[in-house]
Amino acid sequence: MTQTAQATNEHPMAEWLRMDRMPHIWCSTCGIGIVVTCFTEALKKSGIDPNTVAIVSGIGCTGRIAGYIRLDSFHTTHGRAIPFATGLKLGNPRLKVVVMSGDGDLVAIGGNHLIHAARRNMDITVICVNNFTYAMTGGQVGPTTPTTAYASTTPYGNYENPFNLPRLAASSGAVYVARWTALHLRRLTKSIGEALHKKGFSFIEVVTPCSTLYARKNRLGSGLDLMRFYHDSSEIEHHAELEKINIEFQKKIVVGKFVDEERPTFIDGYNARMKEVFGDKFKEYGEENGQN
Amino acid sequence: MVPTDPQGVLTGAHFLDGDYACAEGAMAAGCRFFGGYPITPSTEVAERITQRFPMMNGIFIQMEDEMASMNAVLGAAWAGKKSMTCTSGPGFSLMMENLGLGVMLETPCVVVNVQRGGPSTGLPTLPGQADMMQARWGSHGDYEIIALSPNSPQESFDLMVDCFNLSERYRVPVLFMMDECVGHMTERVVIPSAENILVEERRYTADPPDKHLPYKADENLVPPMTPTGKGYRFHVTGLTHDERGYPVINADAQNKIVRRLVEKIRKNAADIIMLEEEQVAGADVVVLSYGISSRVVIPAVEKARSQGVKVGTMRLITVWPFPEERIREIAANVNSLVMVELNLGQVFLEMDRCARGQCKTFLVPHCGGWVHDPEDIYNVLMEAAK
Repeated sequence: MTQTAQATNEHPMAEWLRMDRMPHIWCSTCGIGIVVTCFTEALKKSGIDPNTVAIVSGIGCTGRIAGYIRLDSFHTTHGRAIPFATGLKLGNPRLKVVVMSGDGDLVAIGGNHLIHAARRNMDITVICVNNFTYAMTGGQVGPTTPTTAYASTTPYGNYENPFNLPRLAASSGAVYVARWTALHLRRLTKSIGEALHKKGFSFIEVVTPCSTLYARKNRLGSGLDLMRFYHDSSEIEHHAELEKINIEFQKKIVVGKFVDEERPTFIDGYNARMKEVFGDKFKEYGEENGQN
Repeated sequence: MVPTDPQGVLTGAHFLDGDYACAEGAMAAGCRFFGGYPITPSTEVAERITQRFPMMNGIFIQMEDEMASMNAVLGAAWAGKKSMTCTSGPGFSLMMENLGLGVMLETPCVVVNVQRGGPSTGLPTLPGQADMMQARWGSHGDYEIIALSPNSPQESFDLMVDCFNLSERYRVPVLFMMDECVGHMTERVVIPSAENILVEERRYTADPPDKHLPYKADENLVPPMTPTGKGYRFHVTGLTHDERGYPVINADAQNKIVRRLVEKIRKNAADIIMLEEEQVAGADVVVLSYGISSRVVIPAVEKARSQGVKVGTMRLITVWPFPEERIREIAANVNSLVMVELNLGQVFLEMDRCARGQCKTFLVPHCGGWVHDPEDIYNVLMEAAK
C-alpha cells in the first residue's frame, strides 16, 4: 500500500503545543525546542494520560517551556520549580510532575532544592537543559560554565569549577540519571520515556547549543557547528564512572544512562513508617488523596 | 460555606498554647498540606500538625528552607489541598518573593508568622510586632494582602478557620500575624463540633476546558480556580498575564492585572475587616491595638477611666486591609487616637494617615522583647486626653 503525503499547514506537534502562543521567544538554533519535541514525543509514546501530567518551570530561557507545552503548566520563580513541583506531587500523588528548567535555575539558585528532592527520592522527573550560561539575561557565567570559557561576567575566562550534574544528582540520591546532548534525539526521547515511568527522582541533563550567547562569546561558530561538535565529541558510555565525566571546555562529552535503580520514594517511606507505627488504623497516603 | 471535615476537628475543651491552637484551627479548617522549616517561636505549630496529620490523610513535609516551604505550599494548593506554612521573622523574610508568586497566581493558602524581635536574628524567644509592615509590603510590586492577628489561644484557633476561608474566597495568601506571647500563652480553648465549623470550599470553574479562561474574574473580581489534572491544560505564570493566563509584557496588561489584584481586596474590605470596639461612641480618646498588645492595654484603659477619662478601644483583628473608613470616622469625633504596638511605629503610620489631622495621634512605642508596661500606656492616655 502506498500513502500519499498531504499538504497541511498543521504543525505536527500542534496537539502538544500552545499554537496560539507561537512564535516562541527562543533563538534559531537554540536547543530548547529539541528538548520540547523529545519530551512530547516521549510522553506520546509513554501511554501516560497527558491530562495527569503537570510541567513546572523556573525562570530563564528554558523556564519558558511551561508556557509553550499544552499541558497543565506552572511558570514559577527563579530556582523554585522543584519545591513547587514537590507540593504539586504531594498534594495530588495522581499527577505525573515534570520539572523542565535550565542549569542556572536548577543548579545555582535552586541547587539546594535539587539535592534535597533527590535525597528524598521525590517522585518527579527533572529535565535540566544545560547550555552552560545564563542566556535570558545575556550570557553570564553559571554553575556549569566550563573553566576558561568566556561569559559576560567572566570577560577574562571562567576561573571557577563547574558542577558535574550527573554526579551531583546521583550522589544526592536520584534513582535515574542520564546525560545526552541535543543531537541525541532518539536516545534522549527514549531516556525521557524511561524517566517518566521511573518511580522516584529521575534526572536528565541535556547539553544544548546556545549559539546566540555561549557560542558567540567563545567563538564556537553557528548552531550547526555546535551540533557537529556534539557529533564528534560525545561518547556514549552507560554507567560511566561519574567522577570521570566532568565537562571540560570543548573536550569530550560523556553521555549515556548512568543510574537506574530502585529505592522507596518519599511517599513510600512515609506510608511504610506510619503503618509500622499505627498499623491498620493508618490509611495509606496515595492517589485517592488527590483532592481535598 | 459548608460544615468542615470532622477528621481534623478535636471537639472539646482543651488547655492549649497559641501555637497548638493555631495548628488545631488549621486542621479544623480542612488544611491537609503543611510544608515548613523549623524556627522559634513557631515550630510548635508544625510539630502539632505532623503529629496529627497521619490520622486525617494530611501530608507534612519539612522542606530545606523557607523559600522551598512557600513554594511547596503553593504547589500543594494548586494540587487541590488547603495548605499552609508557619514561620517567624527571618523565615518570613525568605518567603516574601514567593508570597508574591502566590499573590500573582492567586493561590489560596495561609502563612503563619509567630512574630519575635528583629531585625535579623534578633530575639528568637521573645515577642515582637515589628513584621507588620513587612506583612503589608514585603514582596516586591503592588498588591493587597489579608492579615489577621489573634490575641489569645482561643482566637488562634478561631481565626485560623477565618484565614483559610478568606484565602479561598479571595484567592490570596492570608497572613496570620501572631506574636511569641500569644503563641506560647496557654489558656482554655474550646473547639466546636465539626458541623459548627463552616468552611469555604474551593470554588472551581464550571466552564469546560475549551471555554475556560483561568483568570476571568467574576463580579467580585475573583476568578474561580482551575483544577490541575482534569484536562484543562492551563498555564499560570508569575509574569504579568491576561485572562488566558498567558504572559503579556506591556503596560495595558499590567494595569488590568495589578488593578484587579488590588481591587479584589479593597472593594471587599468590608467583608474582610474584623474589629472589636468598646465604648468608642462618646470617647475622647480611642486606643488601637492588636495581638498581645490589646491585652496589655486593658489595665491602662481601666485606670484612665477611673480618672474620668472617656477612653474607647479598638482592636484590629484584621490588620490588613486597614480599616481606613472607620478610623477616619472615629478621628472626626475624638480628641486623640493612640496606637499601642510592639514596634517603633508601623501600623501607627496607617492610623496617623487615616486620621488626616482631624485629631491628635499618639504612639506608645516598644522595641519588643517584652510587652508594654501598662503604666507607659496609661501615661500616654492621660496626655492624649489633655
